[in-house]
Amino acid sequence: MSKEWPLWEIFIRGQNGMSHRHVGSLHAPDAETAILNARDVYTRRNEGVSIWAVQAADITASSPSDKGPLYEPSEAKVYRHPTFFDIPDDVGAM
Amino acid sequence: MDPVFEFCLRMGDNTLVLGHRVSEWCGHAPVLEEDIALANTALDLIGQTQLWLGLAGEVEGKGRDADALAFRRDAWDFRSVLLVEQPGGDFGNTILRQYLFDQWQALFLAALTSSSDDRVAAIAAKASKEVAYHVERSRGTVVGLGDGTAESHARMQAALDRLYPYVGELFAGDTVDEEIAARGIAPLPGSLRDAYDAALSETVAKATLTLPESRWTHTGGRDGTRHSEHLGHILTEMQWLQRAYPDATW
Repeated sequence: MSKEWPLWEIFIRGQNGMSHRHVGSLHAPDAETAILNARDVYTRRNEGVSIWAVQAADITASSPSDKGPLYEPSEAKVYRHPTFFDIPDDVGAM
Repeated sequence: MDPVFEFCLRMGDNTLVLGHRVSEWCGHAPVLEEDIALANTALDLIGQTQLWLGLAGEVEGKGRDADALAFRRDAWDFRSVLLVEQPGGDFGNTILRQYLFDQWQALFLAALTSSSDDRVAAIAAKASKEVAYHVERSRGTVVGLGDGTAESHARMQAALDRLYPYVGELFAGDTVDEEIAARGIAPLPGSLRDAYDAALSETVAKATLTLPESRWTHTGGRDGTRHSEHLGHILTEMQWLQRAYPDATW
C-alpha cells in the first residue's frame, strides 16, 4: 500500500447560482478530510459557498495526442456557430 | 480584582498562549495541508484573543488595550491553563493538545452564548463557529492517528498519557468562577465536566486509545500561582519586540 495520501481535485462554487470551478488539487487520506483541507487551503479569503472534492484518479481525461481527431474536425464547421442569423436590435447583446 | 476582568483574562490568555503554540508549526507541519490548517487555527485563536483581552481592558478601565495586556504582562499575570503552554512535541501531541482544548472550548462557548453579559455572548457567538470547525478537525485527526498505524497509535497513546493530567484544570473552579456564575455570565467550570467526559470518551474509543484512570490534575495556571517554566520561554519570544522597542509601529 502506498504511504502517500491520494490526490484530490477541488472544485469550489464562489456564489449561489454559479457553477463549481476547478481551483486546484491537494492530498488527503479520505474524502471528508479532503473537504476540510480544501476549506483551509482554498477558502481562506471567503472564496466559496460549496466545495466538491473528486479523487484525481477517478477523473477520466482526454489524451493530448488525440487532439487532432477530437477537435480539428470541428474547426471547419463554422456553420455550427449561430452567427448567421440577423438579430433584431431590440434583442440587445446576446 | 474585578471578577469579570479576571474571567476575560482567563479566556483570552488561553487562546493567546495556545495560538502562539500552534503558530510554532507554521512552515514545519508534516504536509502542506496541515501546515495551512494549523496556521488558520492559530489565527482564529489570536483573533479571539483580541476580543477577550480587548474586553478585559475595557472592563479594567485603566487604558490598557489587548496589545498592552498580551505583550506587557509577565508570566505570573497570565491566567491561561497549564494545558495550553505545554510544548507541541510531535505532531500527534500537538493535535491531541488541540483536541483536548477544542472540546472544552466548544462546550464552554456554547454555554456562553446565553451569557447575561451581551459582550461575552457576542464574542462566544462569533468564536463558537470557528471552534466548531477546530474540534471537527482535531477530533478527526486524533481518531485517524489513534486508529492508524502501530507507530501513530503508540504516539497518540503517549500524548494522551502525557496531557490528560492537565485536563482537570479546565474544570477547577474558584471564588472568581462562583461570582461569575452567580451573575449569570458563565456556568461553573465543573458543570461541563460530564458533557466533556462523554465526548472525550467517545473520541478516545473511536481512536482505539485508552484514557488514563487517574483524574489527578496539575493546577496553577488559571489562577496564575504556578505556571510551568514553559510560559516564560513562550513570552520571551512572543513579547521580545514590544520589550525591546516599546510602541514600535510599522
